[in-house]
Amino acid sequence: MEGLLAYEFMRNALVAGVLASVICGVVGVYVILKRIVFISGGIAHFSFSGVGFSYLVDINPMLSTILFSLVAALSIGWIKEKIRLDEDSTIGMLWASGMALGIIFVGLSKGYATELISFLFGNILAVSREDLAVMFVLTAIVVITAVALFKELFILTYDEDYGRVMGLPTYSLNLLLLCLIALTVVVLIKIVGVILVIALLTIPAATSKLLASTIRSIMVLAIGIGLVFTVTGLFLSYYVDLASGATIVIVSTIGFFIVSLFQKVRAKKKRKEYLRTEVST
Amino acid sequence: MRPTWKTSPKRCAKEWGDERVTAPEECIVDIRNVWVSYGEHIVLKDITLCVEENDFLGIIGPNGGGKTTLLKTITGEISPLRGSVRIFGNHPRKEKRHIGYVPQYSHHIEGFPATVFEVARMGRYANKGLLRQFDEDDAEATMQALERVGMARYSDTQISKLSGGQRQRVFIARALVNEPSLLLLDEPNVGIDSTMQREFYSLLHDLNDSLTILFVTHDLSVVSRHVKNIACVNKTLYYHGNKEIKREDLERVYNCPIELIAHGVPHRVLEEH
Repeated sequence: MEGLLAYEFMRNALVAGVLASVICGVVGVYVILKRIVFISGGIAHFSFSGVGFSYLVDINPMLSTILFSLVAALSIGWIKEKIRLDEDSTIGMLWASGMALGIIFVGLSKGYATELISFLFGNILAVSREDLAVMFVLTAIVVITAVALFKELFILTYDEDYGRVMGLPTYSLNLLLLCLIALTVVVLIKIVGVILVIALLTIPAATSKLLASTIRSIMVLAIGIGLVFTVTGLFLSYYVDLASGATIVIVSTIGFFIVSLFQKVRAKKKRKEYLRTEVST
Repeated sequence: MRPTWKTSPKRCAKEWGDERVTAPEECIVDIRNVWVSYGEHIVLKDITLCVEENDFLGIIGPNGGGKTTLLKTITGEISPLRGSVRIFGNHPRKEKRHIGYVPQYSHHIEGFPATVFEVARMGRYANKGLLRQFDEDDAEATMQALERVGMARYSDTQISKLSGGQRQRVFIARALVNEPSLLLLDEPNVGIDSTMQREFYSLLHDLNDSLTILFVTHDLSVVSRHVKNIACVNKTLYYHGNKEIKREDLERVYNCPIELIAHGVPHRVLEEH
């Protein structure tokens, strides 16, 4: 293990894993509680057009994905509120058109699209120092915003209609939450890729929700769980020689099922104990 | 019969003949000739209503008759096409702090990780505004409101572990945290069994000593015993300023023969039992 950490790519990968766990722990909880997993998926897939754009104009792909995923977030929120198109139709449209746009951009660019696949499926081993810096800034922005607006986001997630009556600016807050998701997507693309992003946004938070009972504790626990998932996946992918992003996702899924199984068994035990005490008294 | 409602003197004269229309001095909720539409579809037509202090007004009407829209007009969420809405003599949006609102089936999400305390405290948002964190005062006000509805000992319980009736009490506590003068409830009896409904209405009855209460429901059977006044709404408003509803009004509002609900007393459907 120590030998492994001698490699810079491995150290960078670990730091990237920590940042991803933190941002997913915070944003993922809102994603699963507000049930906007597929909106997040739509934003993630649309951001692929940003990857394509970076091939076309030759800029850092992270910067162009920030731009395109924010565009996706704002359009989903805007279309939903102003045009009143069905939410899932909107998602379907953006989901596919973003991918299509990305492919057209890549096609228009000169030269061979190297590493395109790593944007689709992630490559945590290819995270550079520059990428880490961007990821760090994005994580900081997202976490600080989410903490500062905790009260508002909580009401928005629990009962949006009531919030609106109380004077909560629900439209702006919804747009803001979607933008936070967009920035989270950008951080995650390097690690698990456009296609697998939803896994990290949902699985740690969903696992944590099985164990904790307040939003704050779910967030903190989700960060820890995310960390266990990404680090385990990372080392496993190294030793078994598998794709890192996919391994992280599979490890997370297995982790979720282990925890839910554990919860089921515990609930059953409790029920039995309860019955026994009821009978004896 | 002395109607305390204010408007549509024309219709009043037409329908009740020589009866005088008295303009009450103090209207907590003062709605005058309000029209509301969604796009081209008119939902409320020329509504006028005055709710006086310490009134307990039940607004009944069929589903889709505009009851919720009327409430949303009172909270200021919907602006009327025509006409004016004044709450305590002000624009509704300026009076958010003084309005307690209990929404329809308050969006319950099964397993949502929020405690009773946290849900009730949400109501304090109207007092706080953006970015300011909740503090000790908010906590105190929240506990007081929970105390008032008898739910203080559940403050740390997860909201989804409560029964429907208990949850309803928490939503009322949430509406009470700012000590409002007006309490608005949208279909408060949906999903509560009859025993709980009785407790629920006796709670409202107690609160009515210090609050004006206005609620809408499509369930005729529950309103009669508890309210002071009844109004019917189905696009237009039928209100006589007391608990009696005329057979013609009900038939007009519900578009159905009212023998079903009339208990054989066709002309005084909802008189006191």
